[in-house]
Formats: sequence, structure tokens, C-alpha cells
Amino acid sequence: MVDTKVTLCGIELDNPVIPASGTFGYGHEFAELYDINILGTFSFKGTTQNPRFGNPTPRVAEVPGGMLNSVGLQNPGVRAVIEEELPRLERVFKKPVMANISGFSPEEYESVAAELSECEQIGWIEVNISCPNVHGGGIAFGTDPAQAAEVVRWVRRAAKKPLIIKLSPNVTDICEIAKRCEAEGADALSLINTLVGMQIDLKTNKPVLANMVGGYSGPGIFPVALRMVYQVYKSVSIPLIGMGGVSSAEDVLKMMAAGATAVQVGSANLINPYACRDIIADLPRVMEKYGVGSLRELTGAAHR
Amino acid sequence: MKQGFYTVIENKQIADSTYLIRLSGDNSETGRPGTFVNIRLEGFYLRRPLSVCDSSSDTLTLIYKVVGEGTEALAATPAGAMLDLLTGLGNGYDTTVLNNNSRPLLVGGGCGSPPLYLLAKTLIRAGVPVVIILGFNRQSEVFFEEEFRALGADVTITTADGSHGRRGFVTDAMGDIKYDYIFACGPEPMLRAVYERSGNIPGQFSFEERMACGFGVCMGCSCRTKYGPRRICRDGPVLAKEEIIW
Repeated sequence: MVDTKVTLCGIELDNPVIPASGTFGYGHEFAELYDINILGTFSFKGTTQNPRFGNPTPRVAEVPGGMLNSVGLQNPGVRAVIEEELPRLERVFKKPVMANISGFSPEEYESVAAELSECEQIGWIEVNISCPNVHGGGIAFGTDPAQAAEVVRWVRRAAKKPLIIKLSPNVTDICEIAKRCEAEGADALSLINTLVGMQIDLKTNKPVLANMVGGYSGPGIFPVALRMVYQVYKSVSIPLIGMGGVSSAEDVLKMMAAGATAVQVGSANLINPYACRDIIADLPRVMEKYGVGSLRELTGAAHR
Repeated sequence: MKQGFYTVIENKQIADSTYLIRLSGDNSETGRPGTFVNIRLEGFYLRRPLSVCDSSSDTLTLIYKVVGEGTEALAATPAGAMLDLLTGLGNGYDTTVLNNNSRPLLVGGGCGSPPLYLLAKTLIRAGVPVVIILGFNRQSEVFFEEEFRALGADVTITTADGSHGRRGFVTDAMGDIKYDYIFACGPEPMLRAVYERSGNIPGQFSFEERMACGFGVCMGCSCRTKYGPRRICRDGPVLAKEEIIW
């Protein structure tokens, strides 16, 4: 018997597989398809203070090895999440859920984190720092070490749950930002968020996305994500959640060997609604194939 | 929604850039008229959403226009090939709002016409008379005129260049018809013109948007309505006329 259990910031997960934010809604669409309690947990749709519609459409596009999205954080706002989504989720999901939050100012991050910290169902707060800072000329918090550190400082004050910072790969040195987040009190890091990309329609010679650019996700970014997890593992001592193009049980094992304690699956859920169920079912077979008895012992194996 | 594998029975060109593909498989959950399927194609990451033209418990007919690399690849898929489909997607048209005294008008534009076929079939079987206007640019794009007639529908074809049927747009033919409900599917400019031309008459309009998942989780295809944001793939593709914002 293989052991798929891992521990993420003091909370034990039956397995390391976590659907990534933005690919799993608030859970109920998938709960209609399979028992989502088989998951380690899942990270719910990025939530902001106020309801957001997001960017104009088209806001998804096909690209080699994956897709682009410029959804722009459509969500019903933190009050609706607490009053409507979480009670609905409680009926179908009995495990602690990961709350993914976003903000356009450090104050907004702090306030959303404070509200969600009061919810018993929430196990961790995962902070998306790839949003533009409206007071900082629109540059994404996560691409500037000082601004990233500032967000962590504000959220740290409010968050009464383990705090996970989700890092942007669109930076010169992800290790520097990882270290700053750790120094400000982050309990774990998720990486990577999407890479900024573009697609052009040759019939019009115009970008397909109304927003011109969007986040690239899918198997095409897996090698980049794997490399960054490997590098960051050497730079910090807090746990990492690896993500970026993960599509199979083999990918989960590779992410863990690179240094991840748990692994998120994103775009794969969109093309195969059963992707996470299938990956979890396949884990024991792949573990046996590669002689992995216990998944938690695999973390960082590539460094030993 | 259901995931399943279907075998291609036939895949043939029926008009300019327009193909009909017939598939066989367990088709017990394709749902009501106006729903769609999302097809996985070898070499492409995202599935391709196509509306259902006709369905039975074990067959599925789709009509699609070749508009890019994905639909080109679909057009090249031979009979006998297997395709991975998500079926029964979207809300579809609600026909329970009608009764035997209803006089619905169906309006389709180009490759927006196919879902109206199963709708017409469903209505006619329920004893509701169907009048339909199908608009195309030119004669070479016209398809399914006879198939709609064979169902027992009263069919008017319009072409923008007058090469077949009545010259003009679908809205030019709407003035001659008495109706108390409207169903429409087609390109957005046509939908808007039909919306305006039909005044206060209630109805249901089917929309199209680029989408990724097709089952309501990626938020790629959202649109604004009078009642808040709606996902075209899950809360739509059919919107009630009164909720539409242009």
C-alpha cells in the first residue's frame, strides 16, 4: 500500500491534488460530476472585496500547449461568497477549503483576508499577488519585491489561517520575491501563476483577446513551473505548492520531486472535468511504478 | 453533462464551408433543443463547442462552419473515427412556455440555424405550428431548407444578395408574419436586429461566445444581463429576451 497523504501547513491532506483557483469555481459544478471529497482540497475562485464582472470578451483563446485567459477575476464579491457560496459548498465538501483572494490595494487584500478568516470551512488563505496595484500605476504587486512584501505584511496582520502567497512567474528573479514573502511571514508559497502571453488571429491581424494579453496556462508551461519550483525550494524553507500545466499523476510526482509539498491542477480541469479524479485514481499506480512508498517523502527528492 | 466517446458515421460538406457530422454513441443526456456539445480534437488543447442540430438516444447530428484550424481539423475527420464529447451542455430553449395556440416564429442566421431544427421538430411534435425564417448571405450557403419543410414547418429563406429565396435580411421577412413568440439563433448583429424588429413580443435568443470549459467554471464566456452576469455556456446559451443587454 502506498501512502498519498501529505501535510500542508499543519493540515493533513488525503493526497496532494488541489484544483487550482479559477478552474473549479466554488466547487458545486464539479460536485455534480463526482464526489469532490476525494480531493486533497481545492482553491476556490479568486475573490475580491466587491463583485467583479472582469474583462470584456473574448477572454479565452487556444494556443499551442494550452490556453490564454483574460477573465479578470470575475467573482461575486466576498460577502456573497461567505453568505451564499460557502453554505452551499458545506453540503457537498466536508474538508477545509483554500480561499483564494485578490485585491487592488493592500487594504483590500487585508480586508478580504480578515472576513474570510472568520469562516470555519476555510483552511488556508491563498493570496493572488498578480493583480495590478491601482495606486501603484497598475504594475502587478507580484512583479515587484517591495510591493509583494507590502501585500504580505498587510494580509499577515489580518489572516488567522495559514497564509499562502501565489507567486507570479513574470519576474526576473522569482527567488528574490519568494524570500521577501517568507521574511514577511508567509506560511507557504504557490507557484506558478500564469505566464503573460498573446495570440493573434491572422484573419484580422488582431489579438484574439479583447484585453490583448492574457495568462498562459496548460502543459506548455509545465517545464517553466517545474524549474521555478526547483529554484524556489532552494531559496526558502517554507512549503511550496507546485502548479503550472500539471495534467497527470506523473506531473504530480515531478512537481513534488522538484520541491512541492502539494500540487495544484488548473487548466486540465477545463478540458477534462474528471482530470483531478483521474489523477488521484492513478497516483498509487504511478507511485508503485517509480518505487515511491510515501508521497510526503518525495518532496525535494530532486535536490538530494 | 456527460462525457462520452462517439463514432463518426458521416461528415460531409452541405454548403459553402458548412459541414454536417453525424455521430453515434450513448446520447441519452443531450437534453432539450438549443443545447450544445464540446468536442475534443487531436492536436488542440481546448474543446470546440457546437450546437446540436438533431439528436436521438443513440445519434447526434451537428452542423458547423469551418472558421479556423479547429473546425478545419473536424472537417477532415473521417467516418469511423472516435471523438471525445461533453454533451448536454447549456440550458437550451424552454418550450414549456408555449401551448397549442401559440404562434412562434423561429429566426436563424447562417450557421446559427442548426439548433432551430431540433427546436422545430420538438414544437411540431407537440402540435405547435412552426414558421421559420432562415437568413444566409448567398445561395451557396443555404442548407436544410428541405429538411425544415419536411418537418412541416413554414419556411422562408432570405439571402442578402437575392440569389435564393427572398432578397434581404431575416428582419425584412418578419413584417409579413403574425407571431406571438420568437426564438432566434445567429450572429449577434442579426440577433439584435431581430430583437428590435420583434418589439414587445417575448422570446428566447441563443448567443455564441468563445469559451474554454463549456460547463460553467472558467468564466471565459460571461456576458452582462439585466439580472447580473450570466455564463453563456451554462446559464445560456439561450437568454430570455427580457434579460438581454446589447
